[in-house]
Amino acid sequence: MGDDPGLMTVLLAMFAGAIRVSTPFLFVSLGEMLTEKSGRINLGLEGTLVFGAMSGYAISYHTGSPWLGVLVAGLCGSLFGALHGYLCKLPKVNDIAIGIAMMLFGTGLAFFFGKPYIQPSAPRLPSISFGTWSDHPAVRQALEINPLFLLGIALAIFLWWALKNTRYGLIIRTTGDSAPAALALGIHVDRVRLLSTMAGGFFAGIGGSFLSLYYPGSWTEGLSSGQGLMAVALVIFARWNPIYCFWAALLFGAAGALGPALQSIGISRGYHFFNAAPYILTLLIMIASTSPRRSLKGAPGELSITK
Amino acid sequence: MSKFELSRRTLLQSSAAGLALLSSASLSRLAQAGNLTVGIVYVGPRDDFGWNQAHAVAAAALKDVPGVTVVEEENVPETIAAAKSMESMINLDGANLIFATSFGYYKPFVLDLAAKYPDVEFRHAAPLWTEGDPKNAGSYFGYLDQAHYVDAVAAGLSTTSNKLGFVAAKPIGTVLRNINSFLLGARKVNPDATVQVIFTGEWSMPVREAEAANALVDAGCDVLTCHVDGPKVVIETAESRGVKCCGHNASQAPLAPKGFITGAEYKWETIYKMFAADLAEGEPLPNFTGGGFDVDFVRNTPYGAGATEAAIAAADAARADVTAGKPIFVGPINKQDGTPLLAAGASFDNYEPSLDQTDYLIEGVTGSIT
Repeated sequence: MGDDPGLMTVLLAMFAGAIRVSTPFLFVSLGEMLTEKSGRINLGLEGTLVFGAMSGYAISYHTGSPWLGVLVAGLCGSLFGALHGYLCKLPKVNDIAIGIAMMLFGTGLAFFFGKPYIQPSAPRLPSISFGTWSDHPAVRQALEINPLFLLGIALAIFLWWALKNTRYGLIIRTTGDSAPAALALGIHVDRVRLLSTMAGGFFAGIGGSFLSLYYPGSWTEGLSSGQGLMAVALVIFARWNPIYCFWAALLFGAAGALGPALQSIGISRGYHFFNAAPYILTLLIMIASTSPRRSLKGAPGELSITK
Repeated sequence: MSKFELSRRTLLQSSAAGLALLSSASLSRLAQAGNLTVGIVYVGPRDDFGWNQAHAVAAAALKDVPGVTVVEEENVPETIAAAKSMESMINLDGANLIFATSFGYYKPFVLDLAAKYPDVEFRHAAPLWTEGDPKNAGSYFGYLDQAHYVDAVAAGLSTTSNKLGFVAAKPIGTVLRNINSFLLGARKVNPDATVQVIFTGEWSMPVREAEAANALVDAGCDVLTCHVDGPKVVIETAESRGVKCCGHNASQAPLAPKGFITGAEYKWETIYKMFAADLAEGEPLPNFTGGGFDVDFVRNTPYGAGATEAAIAAADAARADVTAGKPIFVGPINKQDGTPLLAAGASFDNYEPSLDQTDYLIEGVTGSIT
């Protein structure tokens, strides 16, 4: 495994961590990206994520089918999205304020309904082994990949293609860049935004079900440590591009694995700093990518933060 | 102007109503003087397979005691929210005994409230009370390091790589002491054993706990244990990676049907019932209550499938030794930086007060506090 086993261990752990930890980031950021492309910001995805985690786990426990849990988590997510979309349609409603309210609402509702599911063990999602060629246990473990991760990659590529090349993609982008232009074209702006927010909520719900059904794989109230919020920052970092969303999610996953991995090879001084790596990264990215003098490249023109 | 008068009238009315409510509340409190209302504040959910569950199980046992009412609040952060929660238990529910079960509740919240409400007894679940703190406050604690020591005796005979992994939350005294005792237990039966520790920095952080557990297994550890509030994630990760594990706080045996060896559990109900009985008889509560196996404050989880015959025999013997008062900390022991803690032949009593302020890891433990 090379000359420096310590470095290899860290790199391998970051690679494995990137794959394990990135999936919720990926789904939430794709959902947020789609919503923002239509001209709205949904900060409530953190709440959607937590509720998705709870509902997915509950359904998996009751039906014995984790995939059904994933589906229901997505559907619950789209309900939250529909509520957000409907409320924001009303005149003089601020989508950011509604988003924060939805975040607290979703989290609270998930805690309320989730009480009976903290104890029981629900069936979890299977993983696919891509590492059978290697006889190194850590490599094999790193290549135990969950189908949702692969689905997330496919979704990112699909969204990238669809936003660019399809009529629906054009409608969403038009709505997000200029509502008057969309209106002039006969596009029903509120409906497009409602559907985009619902689709975004669906993805975020799936991201949540990954947390409870695969990694770390159980429902507890402290399950999400702000992944939903960080994913919103990640969308800005990714310049509203689905492919970049994927790379950014991987980067955040790897940053999250850095702290434990360094401690495991004995570099344990300053672990608080390394544990904070994802948050520091978020901050640095926000600083580096914003400027008061220009609006962000690729930012939808209708977004309330860029308007 | 009329608007102002209206609001003033409303104000007067509502404050009168408030006063009436207050006086009726204090009347009802007097009426219940014979009864005991216990308020328990938890930092997390009551059913977290860990720290809070251990307390909640004991609280449930307390409810069966005649004349005792239990009010509980969960998910109370270690902030001013803890003070508000305790104050509302005192003022609204008439609580006369408060159990503050999380480490960070003590300073300043319990101390401030104890000064403010001299008639209410406060007990806090960590060995923090010292002379000079209010007399109606106090500490109660189970010395879980004794149970971790017994765990480690079984773990030391179960490892083939001689590397034991420990996922720890924060480097505070009790956590460090558990880690040190875990190493000493393993070393007692297996002189080559080492303990590798990863700190997550938070009491409950599931994704990072899973990452830490995976990192320890990748580093070659084949027995994992932990000191976090809810060990569910660590135990399940260990089981799914095919390594053995020892539990912490409450029983996690059902989570690891293949690899569970045993676990270190609190037995808070011993303490809670003792306090309730003291109060019912009008006895003052002790300011400092602590103990281990000898007073039935801690216990080990029944052995799981991961425990071998030899491990069970050795662990049972170790528990008998500790219960009889045989010391865990027997020299020679050096701190990680090489400075001696105990010379050869010297030993610490299991309730040595300086161990409460443990701020070091000992040689044989890999990992750093800062």
